[in-house]
Amino acid sequence: MDNLGLLADGLAAALTPMNLLYAAVGVLLGTFVGVLPGIGPAMAIALLLPVTFGLEPTQAFIMFAGLYYGGMYGGSTTSILLNTPGESASVMTALEGNLMARAGRGAQALATAAVGSFVAGTIGTLLVAMFAPALADVAVEIGAPSYFALMVLALVMTATVLGASPLRGLMSLFVGLTIGLVGLDLNTGQPRLTFGVTQLVDRLDIVVVAVGIFALGEALWVAAHLRRKPARVVPVGQPWLGRADLKRSWKPWLRGTAYGFPFGALPAGGAELPTFLSFVTERSLAKRGVAKRRADAKDEFGRGAIEGVAGPEAANNASAAGMLVPMLALGLPVTATASVMLSALQGYGIQPGPQLMTEHADMVWTLLASLLIGNLLLLVLNLPLAPLWARLLRIPRPQLYAGILFFACLGAYATNLDPFDIALLLVFGLLGMAMRRFGLPVLPLILGVILGPLMETKLREALTISGGDPAILWSEPLAIAIYAVLALVLLTRPLLSRWRSRTESRIVAEAEDPEDAETVTEGSAR
Amino acid sequence: MSTEVETPDAGPAGEEPRGAGTPRVDAAQYGLAAVLLVVGAYTVYDAIQLEVGFADPVGPRVFPLVIGAGLAVTSILLAVATARGSRPEPEAGEDVDVTTPADWPTVLKLVGVILLTVATVSWLGWALAGAILFAGSAWALGSRTVIRDVLVGLVLAVASWYGFVVGLGIPLTPGVLDGIL
Repeated sequence: MDNLGLLADGLAAALTPMNLLYAAVGVLLGTFVGVLPGIGPAMAIALLLPVTFGLEPTQAFIMFAGLYYGGMYGGSTTSILLNTPGESASVMTALEGNLMARAGRGAQALATAAVGSFVAGTIGTLLVAMFAPALADVAVEIGAPSYFALMVLALVMTATVLGASPLRGLMSLFVGLTIGLVGLDLNTGQPRLTFGVTQLVDRLDIVVVAVGIFALGEALWVAAHLRRKPARVVPVGQPWLGRADLKRSWKPWLRGTAYGFPFGALPAGGAELPTFLSFVTERSLAKRGVAKRRADAKDEFGRGAIEGVAGPEAANNASAAGMLVPMLALGLPVTATASVMLSALQGYGIQPGPQLMTEHADMVWTLLASLLIGNLLLLVLNLPLAPLWARLLRIPRPQLYAGILFFACLGAYATNLDPFDIALLLVFGLLGMAMRRFGLPVLPLILGVILGPLMETKLREALTISGGDPAILWSEPLAIAIYAVLALVLLTRPLLSRWRSRTESRIVAEAEDPEDAETVTEGSAR
Repeated sequence: MSTEVETPDAGPAGEEPRGAGTPRVDAAQYGLAAVLLVVGAYTVYDAIQLEVGFADPVGPRVFPLVIGAGLAVTSILLAVATARGSRPEPEAGEDVDVTTPADWPTVLKLVGVILLTVATVSWLGWALAGAILFAGSAWALGSRTVIRDVLVGLVLAVASWYGFVVGLGIPLTPGVLDGIL
C-alpha cells in the first residue's frame, strides 16, 4: 500500500489554502463553462487552458482537476434539463434524465447524477492511484518498437472503431498527423511544411490547434445552423435524494463505475460504449425486477427511471477517471479531454510518457489528490448551486457564442502575444467547422497532432538501433501482441457496431413516442 | 418537441440512399476530397525536397511521405464513396439545427470580425479589440442590443486584460490605452 502513502503525501501537498482555492475556482469555472449549452468538457478545458499559463505546474494541475470534473458535471446538467446532449457520452443520461425532469423529478435526476459522479469519480481516482504506477513501472521497460505499436493501436482504433465511418476517421487522423508535421524536423533541423513562415518553424502551438478545432470550429458550425427556436429548459429546484431514490441509485452507480473505468482506460474506449452498456443493463434489470413482483407491471424506463440516469452518469465519470491511467502511465491520450490535458503538460515542458510517474512523481500524486478534492468540492458546491446553473441555460445565444469567440481569441493571443496566432486560430476554426459539416470526427485529428511527432521519434529511435531494418518493429513480443489485438478488433468491428446501432436505435425509438419510432435510425443518438 | 432533435440527423453515414427530395450525391464532398488530395500531394512534394542525413536511417522524409500518401489515398476513397452515394453525418448539438441550409452570411461576418481583431489588436490593445470582437460577433449572430453588447464586451475585455496582466503575469498589449489601464 505504498501508493496510498504517496497519495496521502499528495493530499497534504494539495491541501494548502491556496491550492484549495485553485481547486474551488477550477470546479466553479469548469461547471460554469460545462453547463453552457454547446460546450463539452474538452472544449471547456481547451478554452480555460490559457488561464493556467501563468501558474506553477502543480497549481495548474490542481485547477485542471477541478475544471475536468466540473466540466463533466456541467455537461450532464445540460443534457438532463435540455434533452439535447452536447456530446455522445451524455446521450444515455439525456434519455431518462430529461423524462424525469419533465415529470417534475428534475431535482432527483440532478442529484443522482451529482452523487453518482462523485461516487464513480472517487472510486475511479483511487483505482488510477493503484493501477497507473504499476503500469508505469512496466511501461518504462517498453522498448521503442512496442511503444510505437501502442501508438499505432491508439490512433487506428480511435480513427476506425469510434464513429460511424472508418474512412472519415482515417481522413481526420491523416489531417491531424499532417498538422503535427509542421515545424522543424527534430533530428535534422530542416523545416517541414512551413511555407517559409517563421512562426510555423517553431511547431504549431497545440493550444491554438485545440481551441480552434474545438471552440471556434464549434462556434462557427453553430453559427451556420443556429436553431431559431431555442430548446425548452425544464425548470428545476434544489436537488435532493430521498431514501427510496437513494436505494434505487446506489447499485446502478457501482455497476456504472465498473463499466466505465476499464473502457475509459482502453484506447478508443471512451465513455460512449460504457454509458450505453450501463443503460442497457439497468433497463433489463429493472424489467426483470418488476416482472418478478408482478407479471403485468411495467418498469419506469421510458417514463423517467432514476436508474437510467444514475448508471450512465457513473459510467461516464468512471471512464473519465479511467482515461487517466494510459495518460499518466504511458503518455497516451485516449479521449479528446485527455489529449487537451496532455498538451497542457507539454506546455510546461514536461514530456508525457512512462517516465512521468518517476520524474514528476510529486506532481502526479498532487494531481490525483486534487482530483479527489475537486470531486468533493463539486458535490459540496454544486448541489446547492444547481438552480443557478440551470439559469445559465437561458443565456441568449448570440451573446453566448460571441463570448466563446472572445475567449477563444484571447486564449490564442495569450499563447505568444502575436496576432498571427489569432489568424492561425481562424484557420483551424474553419477546418473544425468543415469537419463538423463533413462528419469527420474531431478526436482522431487531435490525437494525430499530439501523437504524430512522438510516433516519429519512436520510429526513428527504433530504426536507428536496427540500422534501418524495419523488422525491428515486430521484434518484441509485446509489439506483436499489440498488432494482433489491433487486427482482431478491426476484424470484429463490423459485427460490434451493427449490434450497437441496432440496440441503440431501438432504445431511442422506445424512448420517443411510438409514432415517431420509425424515423429514428442509426445516427440519431449522436 | 423532443423528436425534433432526433430526426434531422437520422440518416446513417453509410450507403443507404436518402428519400426523395435530397440529392443522392453530396457534391461538396468532392471539394473536400480535392482539397485534402492537394494537401497530401504537397506533403509528399515537401518531403522529397528534404535532405537525408547520414546517421539517420529513417530520415525526415519517411514519415511525411507515409502521411501525405495516406491523406491522398483516403481522399480518393472518399471521392469514390461519394460517387456511390455515401453521405456525411453532420454533427448535431444543443443549438444546432442541421435541417436548415447553412447560414453563410453569418459565418462570413464572424470571419470578418476575427480578421479585424487580427489586424487591430496590436494597435488598439486587447481591451478595445476584445470589446469590438465581442460586440461585433454578437451583432453578427443576430443580437440587436448593440449598446448593451458593447458595454458587456468592454467589461469582459478590460477585466480579462487585468486578469491576465495582473493575475497571471501575461503582458497583453494595452495598445492605445497604454497609461490609462
